[in-house]
Amino acid sequence: MPTVTLTIDGQQVTVPKGTTVLEAAWKAGSFVPTFCHDPELTKPGACRICVVEIKGARNLPASCVTAAAEGMIVETASPAVIDARKTILELMLDNHPEDCLTCHQAGDCKLQDYAYFYNVKPGAFGGECKNYEIEDDNLFIVRNMNKCILCGKCLRACEEKQGRAVIDFAYRGFRTKVATALDKPLADSVCVSCGTCVSVCPTGALTEKAMLGSARKWEVQKVRTTCPFCGVGCNFDLNVKGGKVIGVTSNAAAPANGRDLCVKGRFGTDYVHSPKRLTKPLIKKNGEFVESTWDEALDLVASKFGEIKTKFGSDSIAALSSARCTNEDNYVMQKFMRAVIGTNNVDHCART
Amino acid sequence: MTNSFEDYLNTDLFFVIGSNPTEAHPMAGAKIMSSVMSGKSKLIVADPRRIELAEKADIWLQLRPGTDIPLLNGLMHIIIKEGLHDQKFIEERTEGFEALKATVEKYTPARVSEMTGVPENLLYDAARLYATTAKAMLCYTLGITEHICGVDNVMSTANIAMLTGHLGKEGCGVNPQRGQNNVQGACDMGALPNVYSGYQAVVNPDIQAKFEKAWGVKLDNKLGLTIPDMMDAAVEGKLKAMFVLGEDPVLTDPDANHIKKALTKMDFVVAQEIFMSETAKYADVILPGASFAEKDGTFSSSERRVQRVRKAIEPIGDSRPDWWIICELAKRMGYDKMNYESPRQIWDEMASLSPIFAGINYDRIEHTGLQWPCPTVEHPGTPVLHTQSFSRGKGLFKAIEHTPPAEMPDEEYPYLLSTGRILYHYNITTRYSSALDAHRPEEAAMIHPADAATLGVCTGEKVRVTSRRGSVVTKVNVTDKVMSGMIWMSFHYKETPTNELTVNAFDPVSKTGEYKVAAVQLEKVV
Amino acid sequence: MSNLKEMRSGIEEQYKAKLNRPRIVVGLGTCGIAAGGRKVMKAIQDEVANRKLDVDVDFSSCIGMCFAEPVVEIALPGTPSVIYGGVYPDNVNKLIEGHLINKTPVTEMAEIQIAGEAKPYDGIPVMEKSGYYAKQVRSVTSRLGRTNPESIGDYIATGGYAALEKALAMDRQDIINEVKKSGLRGRGGGGFPTGNKWQFVHDAVGDKKYIVCNADEGDPGAFMDRSVLEGDPHAVLEGMMIAGYTIGANEGVIYCRAEYPLAIKRLNLAIEEAEKMGLMGDNILGSGFNFTVRIKAGAGAFVCGEETALLNSIEGQRGMPRVRPPFPAHKGLWQKPTCLNNVETFANIPFIIRNGGEWYAAMGTEKSKGSKVFCITGKINHTGLCEVPMGITLREIVEDIAGGIKDGKKFKAVQSGGPSGGCLPTEKLDLPVDYESLTAAGAIMGSGGLVFMDETTCMVDVAKFFLNFTQLESCGKCTPCREGTKRMLETLIRITEGAGVPEDIPKLERLATNIKASALCALGQTAPNPVLTTLKYFREEYEAHIMDRKCPAGACAALLNYTILADKCVGCGVCVKACPVQAISGEKKTAHVINSSTCIKCGACVPKCKFEAIVKA
Repeated sequence: MPTVTLTIDGQQVTVPKGTTVLEAAWKAGSFVPTFCHDPELTKPGACRICVVEIKGARNLPASCVTAAAEGMIVETASPAVIDARKTILELMLDNHPEDCLTCHQAGDCKLQDYAYFYNVKPGAFGGECKNYEIEDDNLFIVRNMNKCILCGKCLRACEEKQGRAVIDFAYRGFRTKVATALDKPLADSVCVSCGTCVSVCPTGALTEKAMLGSARKWEVQKVRTTCPFCGVGCNFDLNVKGGKVIGVTSNAAAPANGRDLCVKGRFGTDYVHSPKRLTKPLIKKNGEFVESTWDEALDLVASKFGEIKTKFGSDSIAALSSARCTNEDNYVMQKFMRAVIGTNNVDHCART
Repeated sequence: MTNSFEDYLNTDLFFVIGSNPTEAHPMAGAKIMSSVMSGKSKLIVADPRRIELAEKADIWLQLRPGTDIPLLNGLMHIIIKEGLHDQKFIEERTEGFEALKATVEKYTPARVSEMTGVPENLLYDAARLYATTAKAMLCYTLGITEHICGVDNVMSTANIAMLTGHLGKEGCGVNPQRGQNNVQGACDMGALPNVYSGYQAVVNPDIQAKFEKAWGVKLDNKLGLTIPDMMDAAVEGKLKAMFVLGEDPVLTDPDANHIKKALTKMDFVVAQEIFMSETAKYADVILPGASFAEKDGTFSSSERRVQRVRKAIEPIGDSRPDWWIICELAKRMGYDKMNYESPRQIWDEMASLSPIFAGINYDRIEHTGLQWPCPTVEHPGTPVLHTQSFSRGKGLFKAIEHTPPAEMPDEEYPYLLSTGRILYHYNITTRYSSALDAHRPEEAAMIHPADAATLGVCTGEKVRVTSRRGSVVTKVNVTDKVMSGMIWMSFHYKETPTNELTVNAFDPVSKTGEYKVAAVQLEKVV
Repeated sequence: MSNLKEMRSGIEEQYKAKLNRPRIVVGLGTCGIAAGGRKVMKAIQDEVANRKLDVDVDFSSCIGMCFAEPVVEIALPGTPSVIYGGVYPDNVNKLIEGHLINKTPVTEMAEIQIAGEAKPYDGIPVMEKSGYYAKQVRSVTSRLGRTNPESIGDYIATGGYAALEKALAMDRQDIINEVKKSGLRGRGGGGFPTGNKWQFVHDAVGDKKYIVCNADEGDPGAFMDRSVLEGDPHAVLEGMMIAGYTIGANEGVIYCRAEYPLAIKRLNLAIEEAEKMGLMGDNILGSGFNFTVRIKAGAGAFVCGEETALLNSIEGQRGMPRVRPPFPAHKGLWQKPTCLNNVETFANIPFIIRNGGEWYAAMGTEKSKGSKVFCITGKINHTGLCEVPMGITLREIVEDIAGGIKDGKKFKAVQSGGPSGGCLPTEKLDLPVDYESLTAAGAIMGSGGLVFMDETTCMVDVAKFFLNFTQLESCGKCTPCREGTKRMLETLIRITEGAGVPEDIPKLERLATNIKASALCALGQTAPNPVLTTLKYFREEYEAHIMDRKCPAGACAALLNYTILADKCVGCGVCVKACPVQAISGEKKTAHVINSSTCIKCGACVPKCKFEAIVKA
């Protein structure tokens, strides 16, 4: 593969041809912030926070959309670069609510991180701040467009990952906004609530409704697992706090789905904590289910199976195993039927 | 699936037949949608309904329900007539071509158009596009299998893929997306009446001996009963007891009233469940299992990828992991070779007895899982099947004739009922998700505006749907996404138990029920 | 090929016959129509019919003298044709009576005469020597106001499609070389050498290539492209076809703003006629070359004049600029190599091919060759359209062509290049108009809009006007332009309202610097220019607003104070009646006073006072 060698912050780095200056800078160990850049999405070069100084260039190019070239000399933290980045952050902060204290995204917010890193404070320019109503009228996603920095990742993810393009930029200038067709609420659009937009949002503009107010980002324990719904086999992280699953966040490392999920996987696992869960063994007595102990229930089943096996033979007993349980559960079920009951009468609904 | 989900990004053409992935397999659907939308690939959809993908398709073949075989035979007819078949692949990798050719010869475009309702020009367009696109992937789901000729349907998809050489290659293949999270795994693990784990036949004496030695017991070498046979046997009084683990046949199996009769008839029914399912209500004992979030283990996805399920929280209340409960029963019935301490131990025993899984262990699947077959710990797994040869060596063309559905609309039951899944629900558990259930709390049967006008109903009003087996009331959604004369319902709602209507007819080989076609009457309910 | 030659001789005969008949020609460009040209035409037709005169009534487009609209030309064979300005239905009769019946031109209404071979009339300036035209050249605008733009016959008879015919017989590389030789640079404002661009697209590999014409003229005060499209649509089509043949495209798209309905109508007509005559479509002139053109109407976004946003818009996407590279020459419309030029650029091509690159390069300066069309507007006597050789000075344009500043006021500044450009002061009047000089002075050539300002114009207010425009039209994609121009605008508003603080100036400068350095597209990068140039040349005006709370030009209402000079006021009370908000009070015959907190500074009272007792300061 052809390579190019360039100098970034005084350090030589060799990268494959076609690598962006941003990727090369990261490889060289330089810190370059990004908002709109996403390795899995097209590159709009829009937020401009990743600008760098390249010797001979007229302006400060956005490193995410500039190809590394042989002999290029790049400064990622020159005074001009730092001032441009600070200006961009100041502009963003002046058009953003100052509610980090109570923002759900606090602790996992790029805007917060960079403002901290560059020591940028709100109020540099002042002026009008957008003031949209918070959209909270669907069951899955809360949209607070006041926190949106218009990086456009959500709409690119919607189009490029989900193939839908439910949202796009609307209006112009300062009034530019991410909106559905005719700027209707998501609930009135063709949105299927997959939440992929939420997974890529760098700020608190898009949040999972069910998780709002349930935990600070740093309190959440993430447990990677496999989705219990259809057969695609998506992986995701169960978000756990205090022994309770509070929601799901997607995980870029998931082999079949990456950060993408469907409405069920992202928003449907709360069934685990349904008050309708069965929590005690139940034995039917006189047509009514009565709670029992495990010992009582298991002994009853063991003895009944034993009796029937003795009286009518092994083949008078059958089992439906489960396409929803784990491999291990299924293995022990068929082993139980074959080795303990003594029959091959085991099947499951492979057909629904 | 012969190929992988990752491979969806490599194909230049999707031929989606009997599958509605944007609702039933949303992430598979999203890959197709985004690939088509970006212009990377083309799309042929064969479906009686104007599903979302049909709207994005380059070619939509709106076939009548139950006419998949004539359609595929008709496409093959054109492909052979125009010399678009892959002669080299046929010669090197297959046998039985002449018989296939003789059969599809009879399926002329004119006749196929008559049988399926698809215009002739679209048959030509689809046949040519599929045959001449080098990387063409066929995807199907339950629209193919849930017919009394389901196996023949599946064979037909294999026929057309072999005919055009679209097998054993990247971006190609025949890819059934499995319906449930671990339906692949349940099959893999031997929860079938004919095989042990890893598809090892119970009738094979060597296999039997291997498992007898490992498990330390004498094993039965005759085939067990399939679910429909079990239900019939129960009704006949031959089957006395049933152990139902995490399944709800009353809601999800066809002809629910027959299932209820079977459950009532048996002496002893045990249900191991996380919710009070419709089936559990018939049980004598209910054992509360733990949900997927409360136990360790593995699921196997449609692409044969074995992936970890991890315990995130303690079991709710006094519930227990399913494996633990079953092992505890075994112990209490005097069997001492199921004393596992963890799912990892179970997996390792299974893998040691099943060659196709021998190379897979928990350490290897910690991050991305592995796709079987994976015979050794050095083996990288198998993303694409049949690259060199098929399971039986050469791929066998099966010459297949049309089998009409078991029950078709007639004067008395003039409408055709077809069933399936909607995006917001997955069989049953999602009804217990507060957001999902609030979003789609009830059935909304799809009927065509012309039929709605005949019946005098609008969206949101109710109809009674009656078949020879049962009768339910449902709200309707009037839409031209279904064809006239057809009603489409999901099976998620116990309040509207659609499967009380479906046919008690099964594919003779796979024993899959014909969920996709039943004859019903409709009347407005005021 | 022989086809066109045969056709041409017949067409030329017809055209000659037309010129040999008495004619009245009404200027029906958008400017003429807006001034009432259609009503004038109707009045002329009625009058001709009533009097049963043997005269043809025809129409043309804008000849450039927008200040004189409605314009009517009367041409009698063998005599100079006279162009009259300010013709209205009520003075049509006078013209016909005088010029047609009495054969005596109506001198007081005449703007210019075009004498040709004939002996000029006395008392009417001859076009080439007239103030408005003396310093102009008429190349790309040569047909404007002279031919009927809806007649392909007029076009062909005046040399039209000869360049296409010539080009189709030429080697493609030779055509590119000819364009390179001409030195033609992008007339939309970019100034990129056209020949080089064509070379890139010619050399780019692609199974399909496109020609796109940018007719999304959006700068305030700019209407060059509209005038060319309305006046000579075939020249644009011919230029596009030559480009298509040269780079290997057979499809062209004209992206024309929907606010130009007349241009779109005339283009459609031109396409239809060209197709009918086999000059467009398949196998053009038997050469085997196929070419079609379609028009895409833009929906009114300024940013769609930016070439990559324009391409997005044609594709049905939101008009937002793409990142470059890749440039459209390599990945343009539908990701295919695309030759994208502006209207004026394409319209120049037939002239260059017919007359040769050297002919064109003889005009202009070393680096900026040829001629350029400008729209001159603002506080000048002659607003209109002019075509000048590159290198002419701004002074020549304002003093000679524009006829100086209106009402005898003093020139203060000229704004060149629209929202991306800058304001140049009196000291820069001797600057030659070429790409490099204007850029060096902080303005840009732009697409050709020149807005002249006099002493009553506040330069902070001008900067505010342009920033308001840029902010409203920012596509919203990149942060610096979307958010930064908003803050600059807010600051300028504060300053003009008397709420500015000294830190505002360095803040503006810092924002401007960073927007210029980091915005995504040229529109964003140049958006601060109106502020930067006014700060550079008129800084004291900013300071006066901030420090003294004064607007030296007396334009910023918030900083004005109207007062009544007690020694001049006679207490007549006229001003009291003129005031819409009852801010003036006083006893009869005693000096009145204005309540400054109620006064809305509309100035209505000032002209009403016969004693000049009310002053603003």
